[in-house]
Amino acid sequence: MALLAGILTQLLHLALMLATAPLVLGVTRWLRARMLGRRGASPLQPFRDLDRLLRKRPVLAENASWLSEAAPQAGLVACMAAAALVPSFAGGMLLAPAGDLLVVVGLLAAARMALLLAALDVGTAFGGMGAARAMSIPVLAEPVLLLCAVSFAILAGTTNLDGIAAAFREGAPGLRLSLALAGAAMLVVALAANARRPVQGPGSLAEPAMLEEAMLLESSGRHLALWEYQSALRLTLWLSLLAALLLPYGMAPAGAGPFAWLLGLLAWAAKIGVLCLALTCFEGASARMRLFRLPGILGLALLLALLAAALLFLGTGPA
Amino acid sequence: MSLASLPQEIAHLPGCVMLLLSFLLLRQRREAAAIKALAAQGVMLALAAALQGWVQGAPQLLLVALIEVAGKLVLLPMALWALLRRSGPQPAAERAGDSGPHLIAGIALVALAVLLVQPITGPGQAVAREDLALSLAILLLGLLLMATRRGAIQRVSGLAGLENGAILAAVSAGGMPLLPALSLAGLALTGVVLAGAFLHRVPRLAHGGERG
Amino acid sequence: MLPASLPLPWILVLLPWAGAVVLAALPSVRVAALANIGVSAASCLLALLLLMQPQGGQGWLRPDALNLPLLLLACLVGLATAVFSAGMAAERFGPGRGRAWHAGFQLLIGAQALALLADNMGAMWVGLEIAAVAGALMLAAQGTARAAQAAWQLLLFCGAGLGLALFGIILLTLAAPPAGMDLSWAALRGMAEQSDPGLLSLGFVFLLVGCGSLAGLAPLHAWLPDAEAEGPAALPALLSGLMPIAALLAVLRAKAVLDASPGAVAPGLYLLALGLANLLLAGLMLRRQGKAGRLFAWASIGQLGLAVFAFGLGGVAGTMAGLLLLMGHSLGKGAVAFGIGHAAQMRGRQGIAELGGLCASHPALGWALALAIAALVGMPPFALFAGEFLLLTELAARGWWLLLPLGLGLLGMVAAMIAVLLTLCLGDAGPAAPRRRGGWTRAEAMVLGPLWLLLALALLLGVALPEPLAALLAEAARLPG
Repeated sequence: MALLAGILTQLLHLALMLATAPLVLGVTRWLRARMLGRRGASPLQPFRDLDRLLRKRPVLAENASWLSEAAPQAGLVACMAAAALVPSFAGGMLLAPAGDLLVVVGLLAAARMALLLAALDVGTAFGGMGAARAMSIPVLAEPVLLLCAVSFAILAGTTNLDGIAAAFREGAPGLRLSLALAGAAMLVVALAANARRPVQGPGSLAEPAMLEEAMLLESSGRHLALWEYQSALRLTLWLSLLAALLLPYGMAPAGAGPFAWLLGLLAWAAKIGVLCLALTCFEGASARMRLFRLPGILGLALLLALLAAALLFLGTGPA
Repeated sequence: MSLASLPQEIAHLPGCVMLLLSFLLLRQRREAAAIKALAAQGVMLALAAALQGWVQGAPQLLLVALIEVAGKLVLLPMALWALLRRSGPQPAAERAGDSGPHLIAGIALVALAVLLVQPITGPGQAVAREDLALSLAILLLGLLLMATRRGAIQRVSGLAGLENGAILAAVSAGGMPLLPALSLAGLALTGVVLAGAFLHRVPRLAHGGERG
Repeated sequence: MLPASLPLPWILVLLPWAGAVVLAALPSVRVAALANIGVSAASCLLALLLLMQPQGGQGWLRPDALNLPLLLLACLVGLATAVFSAGMAAERFGPGRGRAWHAGFQLLIGAQALALLADNMGAMWVGLEIAAVAGALMLAAQGTARAAQAAWQLLLFCGAGLGLALFGIILLTLAAPPAGMDLSWAALRGMAEQSDPGLLSLGFVFLLVGCGSLAGLAPLHAWLPDAEAEGPAALPALLSGLMPIAALLAVLRAKAVLDASPGAVAPGLYLLALGLANLLLAGLMLRRQGKAGRLFAWASIGQLGLAVFAFGLGGVAGTMAGLLLLMGHSLGKGAVAFGIGHAAQMRGRQGIAELGGLCASHPALGWALALAIAALVGMPPFALFAGEFLLLTELAARGWWLLLPLGLGLLGMVAAMIAVLLTLCLGDAGPAAPRRRGGWTRAEAMVLGPLWLLLALALLLGVALPEPLAALLAEAARLPG
């Protein structure tokens, strides 16, 4: 019975993530437009964009290798795998035992590598420059994630996402300063990984701001559709991850019935909505930072995560 | 969510902010900004003393908080501003240096502080290990600042940071005798060294023109 | 803490400070110099009186067998330096600077007494702080830009050291059980068994490094050579003779506390390592110094390292050796400082080469200086040799593998110092050096008198200690445990 529930929740969850990813992106853009005083495009616009792009044939350079064809698909597969592992409305999904924070980080890194290889494939200047700049962020961001994983592991006893969510939901660690510090660090990393302000300016085509766009400059047609879809999926994935780790209330526990799933679904939608709103407000209040100040803010996140881990290590260490 | 340990957790917060301010001091090469960061650190120390006084129920800690506010927020920044005015503008080359290696050294010192504090496991001891690690880290970062900077103002900031760390350790423990006198003594130390900085005849020396 | 009738230890501390206030107000330098001698002599008398009183007692100041001989020695060195300085003061200082010098002098003596006699760790720390401030004040009294620079270095390094020592004191206090936290050394030692060993060890290390900076030990030693080279001529006797005594006494007391605690790290190891490092460093650096002041500053660093090594060895014999080394070093350094200061004033320069050939040109000074350097180096029959001998025999019995590095360091230092002695005293005098004959002038008496006094004391300490003092020293060596 639990196996059936696990299979069902996994399939539902995957369908949910894949279907709502462009919607989340559209809602974020719509909210930002509203905040800036414009009417904004409809939240369903990304669907139409993807539909239009999928019907077009990609134009490749003459010296493009098989990478340019294969990389979008490879990246998509990695993103989908990561999306399947991050819990959204219910715990205890089929693949939950494999749903570890470090595994998710690794899958996202694989997706990023696919993008980098595609950008470097044709050998244009913009592609190389975008790739180099884009790689400087994970160098600083991944240690932060690892330290946060250490903090969560000390607090919850595991790095499994389901386990962490369950532990936090039951309130076992209590209200800890380290939790706040690690959470703050993860928020900064989320901003950096999704290329949101103040780390980068999404959608901007000015040269100093181009990291992601520089890498996508050469792609077109259905390849571009796949890349854009992946960035939407990544945003949804990160929001769901933050919701599961920092706001795990309302998630249906393992082995619950369809009624609990419905509640979990509603809770998840509410959490994603709140996070989108918070993201938009924060983006509206901050300007894009200059590139060389990036190590500063990521260094701050590293310090916060380090402090969180150190405080936990001392407070609950061998005594 | 258990709220029993909430007061202790909140009491750690000023210490964490003080440590972050120490890193800011380490990174900040402009002297005016360094003075402001130092004043903020003093305010955080006073806040820590006040919070600990509330948690432990010791009124003498409130006196310590008042002393720290008077000294670190008012007197010390005033004296440092006077020294800054007397020394003239800071050379641009010193303002734009690279502080990357220093920050890495700072992180290494924080790790060292955690390692040093870890074996302390004695029963019935008054100070939590987290507080001790925070104060030790702040002290070591102040020492690093003194060792790596050449200007008089920066070095006195390092000394003040060092002393902040020491007083934080004394404040976080319960039952430390003569605590207001100790905090006054620490302030006097910083004041005395600062007075020595005014001895310089050549204003340029305050920025580390020669062996500052 | 302060009963209605002021007990003798407090008078010992407050009298020099009152004297400092008076001296700061006196406009004439000559009168101030004489008053300085008077106050110093009064301090010596008080110290002698304190010696005859029963020891122990409660309160912030607590004379016992360990600090009384050191206090007496410090007061005697202070008196000798006051006489010497009076001989130099009128010609060297203007009125304003003379006031700073004399006020700083008595401030240092009083702070020294406070730091030595204190049982309360906070009072001891305040004494050390005031001593550092007084040292900087006296250094700045010289008036040159380099002296101001050296004073700033002193304040910086000693300030950092004092901050570290404050942290160490806080940690040592926190180690005690929460109900029994006290700032008194005696109470801390009593509670050592119930105290947290980790906190004790950490506090000891910080106290060691912090007080080491005041004594001029590495790693925070960089202020000492500059201060001794740029300051007034009498200053090295005080900076190397008085301040290290108080600082190392604090370290000794902390060592006693740690030895009483079963779980704490062995403090002797740290002391051994620090002392040996200083000795080897001094041996290396001695050869490269051209200026007399710096050279003898490095010699001080080496000898103090040796004393710390002896303290680290521990046991009654080791502590006794350390005490002898400490006291012998103060006496020898004072004598050398007087001789070098006078020679530099006569020749007008400070370089070793320019000061050469003193025995030829000024035989009285030259031979006295030769004996003083011999006393500082550790030649028999002076006190330093007795201490070294005791140390070496104890080391041979307990840890013979340390004899090699110790011997190397000692040899390096002794060789360099003997070379200096040959150049200074027995070398060739320059062509323009005048030749003096006849008895002592008044100025010379004020220099050579203190010099010979300190040498006589060193001789006494090394060879022919009177019985009550010997018993007192034996008791002192037993105290740290």
